[in-house]
Amino acid sequence: MFKSLAPPEYLATIDREKCIRCKRCIQNCGWGVYSWGGDKILINTSKCVKCLRCYHYCPEEAIEIKDNPTRFKQNAYWGYNHLRNIKRQAETGGIPLTGMGSDLPYTILFDNLLIDACQVTNPSIDPLREPMELRTYLGKKPSSVELEKGKDGKLKLKTKMPPQLKLSLPIVFSPMSYGSISLNAQKVLAMAAKECGILMNTGEGGLHEDLFPYKDNIIVQVASGRFGVNPDYLNAGVAVEIKIGQGAKPGIGGHLPGEKIPLEVARARMIPVGTDAISPAPQHDIYSIEDLRQLIYAIKEATNYKPVSVKIAAVHNVAAIASGIVRAGADIVYLDGFRGGTGAAPSIIRDHLGIPIEHAIAAVDDRLRQEGIRNEASIIAAGGIRSSADAAKAIALGADAVAIATAALITMGCTTCGKCYTGNCSWGITTQRPELTARLDPEVYAERLINLIHAWEHELKEILGALGINAVESLRGNRERLRGVGLDTQTLDILGVKPAGR
Amino acid sequence: MNHDYQKDISGCGLTGLISRKRRRISGADIVKSLCLMTDRGNGLGAGYAAYGIYPEFKDFYAFHIMFDEPSVRWTLEEYLKNNYHIEKIEEIPTAPVKAIPISPLLVRYFVKPLKDKMVGDIQEEDFVVNTVMKVNSEIEGAYIFSSGKNMGAFKGVGNPCDIAEFFRIEEYEGWTWTAHTRFPTNTPGWWGGAHPFTLLDWSIVHNGEISSYGINKRYLEMFGYKLTLLTDTEVAAYMLDLLIRRQGLDIPSACLALASPFWKKIDELPDGEREALTALRQTYGSALLNGPFSILFGHSKGLVGINDRIKLRPLVAALKDDVTYMASEESAIRAICPAPDKVWAPRAGDPVIVNLED
Repeated sequence: MFKSLAPPEYLATIDREKCIRCKRCIQNCGWGVYSWGGDKILINTSKCVKCLRCYHYCPEEAIEIKDNPTRFKQNAYWGYNHLRNIKRQAETGGIPLTGMGSDLPYTILFDNLLIDACQVTNPSIDPLREPMELRTYLGKKPSSVELEKGKDGKLKLKTKMPPQLKLSLPIVFSPMSYGSISLNAQKVLAMAAKECGILMNTGEGGLHEDLFPYKDNIIVQVASGRFGVNPDYLNAGVAVEIKIGQGAKPGIGGHLPGEKIPLEVARARMIPVGTDAISPAPQHDIYSIEDLRQLIYAIKEATNYKPVSVKIAAVHNVAAIASGIVRAGADIVYLDGFRGGTGAAPSIIRDHLGIPIEHAIAAVDDRLRQEGIRNEASIIAAGGIRSSADAAKAIALGADAVAIATAALITMGCTTCGKCYTGNCSWGITTQRPELTARLDPEVYAERLINLIHAWEHELKEILGALGINAVESLRGNRERLRGVGLDTQTLDILGVKPAGR
Repeated sequence: MNHDYQKDISGCGLTGLISRKRRRISGADIVKSLCLMTDRGNGLGAGYAAYGIYPEFKDFYAFHIMFDEPSVRWTLEEYLKNNYHIEKIEEIPTAPVKAIPISPLLVRYFVKPLKDKMVGDIQEEDFVVNTVMKVNSEIEGAYIFSSGKNMGAFKGVGNPCDIAEFFRIEEYEGWTWTAHTRFPTNTPGWWGGAHPFTLLDWSIVHNGEISSYGINKRYLEMFGYKLTLLTDTEVAAYMLDLLIRRQGLDIPSACLALASPFWKKIDELPDGEREALTALRQTYGSALLNGPFSILFGHSKGLVGINDRIKLRPLVAALKDDVTYMASEESAIRAICPAPDKVWAPRAGDPVIVNLED
């Protein structure tokens, strides 16, 4: 076979002195890097993605994965990825795919925002001693409520409240379909969501029957392929999400190859085994905002008026689009920034389309306020939330809650190698190969994910306490408590944030 | 004037009293009470609000307006004449005080909106609010700092005794009084920045820092309020106007929105009440006043004192005959009411609501 002119990215090496030839590396690597040569382990390093599964399971610490020192000549303009992609395209004529969110060094606004804290004139609050409230309700809120006194003199609600989704803290899991991730990975999300009092999202892959018991913690998604959609499915969770777009691939559909469609996935998606599952770029019954309105209300009718979320990628005109979505009747607008992850996307799309979530939150929150309809829908912000600090900043900019996916997968072993689209994930996350998925024990990994959510919960409480506020609703949209560092005037203006020192 | 909000970092003292029987009490009492709390102010701002002081003009809105430049007065009056019947114009009576060598021009107008200017189904009070918003944000150098009927605010930069002497507070008689002394660590040194803040017949004195200011402000802006007074206290005044006057909540419910009970407490309530309080909090999350505060708000029908949800600022209340007293310190009450029938410290978030008898 023609040897690729793109040199391998990584060098997998084994210290032959330390190696005891236990072959665990062969067994653990989903990529086929290692094989048995009769008396020693053989290495095909061009297959290595540096997911570090072998390293973790080598009992002798004999394995080392290095960045390949043999690189193209360094060039500040013609970067490594440019050369590599051109060579691969020259060899295949295809579109290089990738997984995860964009890793290019665009400015990260989260890292240019700092949060306020109390000193002297207002007391900070110790969350270990005082109540600190993170509870969040997603959904349409009336602009006012009417109360009346009952016969017993107690307050009674006169206004009919729209349905609300209750979260113990303002975090949900982003949609990831069964197919793009394994059933065990979905189970981890479902179990953690239930334990933490938050929500997971099926993504566009239907709902496997093993997840039915978690219905109180599930948002079911309807996307352009309409996989697995029927009235029972629509009613199998607490809310329905219409997916218009995804931050990692705005304007692009999805393609789950037939190799990743075994019987179980086929059943959940309600398609034949082994057929490609194509999600078209647009939803073919939504070519305009009024079409969206019809689908929103069709779903509401089918679900006895459960909340409907509409997920869009953050694109240039996101504020006006979001306003339209709210006016079309959505209860939640889900914004996915360009750093958002994906199981598979053309890297040219992932790295060059869309806008960062920080801008999008600010623009949408502003626009909805200017139009006096901010209460009509909640905003979920997603696309690269890496820590509780990112979450706090997103909320201060105007989001009601954030959604996380990559962070959740990292608790399951993911190292953001970015090769989710191959179906070879050695950690059993983005694969359907039974020998790989079996290694992801839902109970073991759910505990790790629960730990992460609890840790972020504690951190958010510490942040609120430092801010001297004891309820998350006082952080939401409170940009007065953010300051920008090293941001230009126009960006500060868009974010509605003052520079540090003011 | 730079209209960028600068955090109003200030410790403060406040005091208030109300005669439920609408007995008009001389301003001398409230001045004595306020002036006792010398440690709570640093001479950079003090003010008084009184209800029942203009019985002869009780049907007219009393606009108290300060002018940075005397010439602005004519612009303002031109605007007022086009929109209001003006019953009376007079400079607010002041006395020369050594410690207050300079002051803005202070004028009061007793006015009523012209019927033909109120287009559509706009209510008279909305018309007045719009005027206050417009003047304060658009007529440079003119500030309406009081706009209610049969009430008025008097405030400025100075210590409480000097401000009282300057405005001749002891010559007024009212059934409700609130007063405030400031300890700002950072102040524009502007007369409009002193408390009380008022809108229509709402008046607010506030000790504390509203840490949720950013979202409270943006929430109010969604309903057309313009926050121009450079301080976080005005959000409380406008929030009351929004919740009570415009959205029709009664005062106890509005207090539940502004200093909401914790979810833990709400969850334990019986069904109907829990449903009501949950909806209230879901709807008015952005109206929640968070951060340390004690607030007295006066209105035409009574006086309310309220603390933040974990009582990070002091508030003491006392009763004597028909009068309820509330202040930052018990000593400020005892200075004018040495033997109250009852003295208590209201619990965090529990409002003290006093209504005038009809």
